Amino acid sequence: MTQRARNWLMVAPAGAWLIVMLVLPLSVVFIFSFGERAPSGGYVPAFTFEQYANLPARFTAFKNTLVLAPLGTLTALVIAYPLAYQLAVRTSDKWKTLLLILVIVPFWTSILIRSYAWIFILGGRGIPSLLDSIGIEDVRLINTQFAVLVGIVYGYLPLMVFPIYVSLDRLDKRLLEASADLGAHPITTFLTVTLPMSISGIATGCMLVFILLMGEFLIPAMLGGGKVFFVGNALVDLFLQSRNWAYGSAVAVMLIVIMLVTVTLYMRLISRLSVQRDDTPLM
Amino acid sequence: MRIYTIFVYIFLYTPIAIIALFSFSAGRSASQFEGFSVKWYGRALDNPFVMDALGNSLFVAFVSATLASTLGTLAAVGLQGMRGPVRAFFDALIYIAVMIPGIVIGIATLIALVTVFGVVNPWLSAIWPDGSTAPTLSMGMGSLIAAHTMFTLALVVIIVRARLASLEGMLSEASADLYATPFGTFRQITLPLIAPAVLAGFLLSFTFSFDDFIIAFFVAGSETTLPIYIFASIRRGITPEVNAIGTMVMGASLIMLVIAQLILRRGQKR
Repeated sequence: MTQRARNWLMVAPAGAWLIVMLVLPLSVVFIFSFGERAPSGGYVPAFTFEQYANLPARFTAFKNTLVLAPLGTLTALVIAYPLAYQLAVRTSDKWKTLLLILVIVPFWTSILIRSYAWIFILGGRGIPSLLDSIGIEDVRLINTQFAVLVGIVYGYLPLMVFPIYVSLDRLDKRLLEASADLGAHPITTFLTVTLPMSISGIATGCMLVFILLMGEFLIPAMLGGGKVFFVGNALVDLFLQSRNWAYGSAVAVMLIVIMLVTVTLYMRLISRLSVQRDDTPLM
Repeated sequence: MRIYTIFVYIFLYTPIAIIALFSFSAGRSASQFEGFSVKWYGRALDNPFVMDALGNSLFVAFVSATLASTLGTLAAVGLQGMRGPVRAFFDALIYIAVMIPGIVIGIATLIALVTVFGVVNPWLSAIWPDGSTAPTLSMGMGSLIAAHTMFTLALVVIIVRARLASLEGMLSEASADLYATPFGTFRQITLPLIAPAVLAGFLLSFTFSFDDFIIAFFVAGSETTLPIYIFASIRRGITPEVNAIGTMVMGASLIMLVIAQLILRRGQKR
């Protein structure tokens, strides 16, 4: 058997699996998005753009997703950066690994159970009752946009810390010393040395979190109490409750298109930023 | 700065601590602590629905992680020696598998399989010999395993390829120069070197499958896995039993994660 044939044989089972369980289902969704709903629910073949024309009916879900996903990503970035900086630059090697593992561990425990915890904390007997006891009354947290934001930031924070940590850890610490020796103010050092060097980590972290947030269903379902709808929740509703497969497929296709467009634009922006950085002379 | 760091850790661990704390509550209420007790752990472990869901989850996680790490490793090694459009196509598939939201994968798999089964089932019963009932394909453990394997397979390919990329091709060339058969080289040189990555891939796949709610929610048919059970119980109203199950699940995931880390680390030192 030739090397070529052998390589083919090794790749074939995985390739076949991906084609049957990934390409086929996605193609079906694409085809169904041009169909119509059967009277009893489901799908009848057709070729119509009616489902796409109907997309504005789910405008709120798209709006919530497109507001809360970037907002959640940014909030996670703002919280994660100082932590990643502290771990990568200011922590001794002895503690680094342990502290980093402690950040990642929550991510690998069920997001279902972690979101469930926030039902307690934000619910009537949690923070609102604490606030009540110090005189601030009638605070509602659960089932609001705020609750969903807290849930998503909490859920995906570890995913943001990790890539930023990696990029900062790779940074040559002598550069920071050199900058200080040359009389740069710490803030100047940060803005001209540290921040540009960690752009790649920020970019990776933001993209990972943003992609996951765009398809979020569980956190809005648990902490939004049916009041804060994401596209994911609309999809569950369309496929499992109203059984409108054609319309649901159009919503799914639209979600994928929005993700592809934003991620592509975003990657362009990032690569332009890093090109500009290479052009600027070092101070 | 140090205080800030401590605050972030408090933010990360308070919810987890609260779940664990209330799992030891003696009362029925999940929000008021009424004395220490492990009775909810006993309840959870005696609950046949919980045990059934746990059994399903373990079975699906084990089978899909085994399939994913076997097929994924083979593909990663095979791709190493490939160039051109096939490789580019495979790379694109892996990228899509990781990037498409889980909810879309779940829904797409559901409607695709239901449609395919709708065509295949009448056909199966038509060609089936008389006197015996034809098998009916439906959503269940099989479809769930297939869907989880698809996603975790992509994870394993990524992990194993990262490991392969860090090895020099010289070792396998040397082995070939010394007249080892390609299979001999694979078994004696490549496999031992990538074994830690394969094992780590297996454990991460297992953890993913065991924790996954969203794909299972669509694809599992009438079968219940542990996350599906937990989601349904939260909807019904919360009792410390859910906390007890949650604490045990988190403990188990944690142990898997630590093992995966230790294996990866030992692999890097070699």
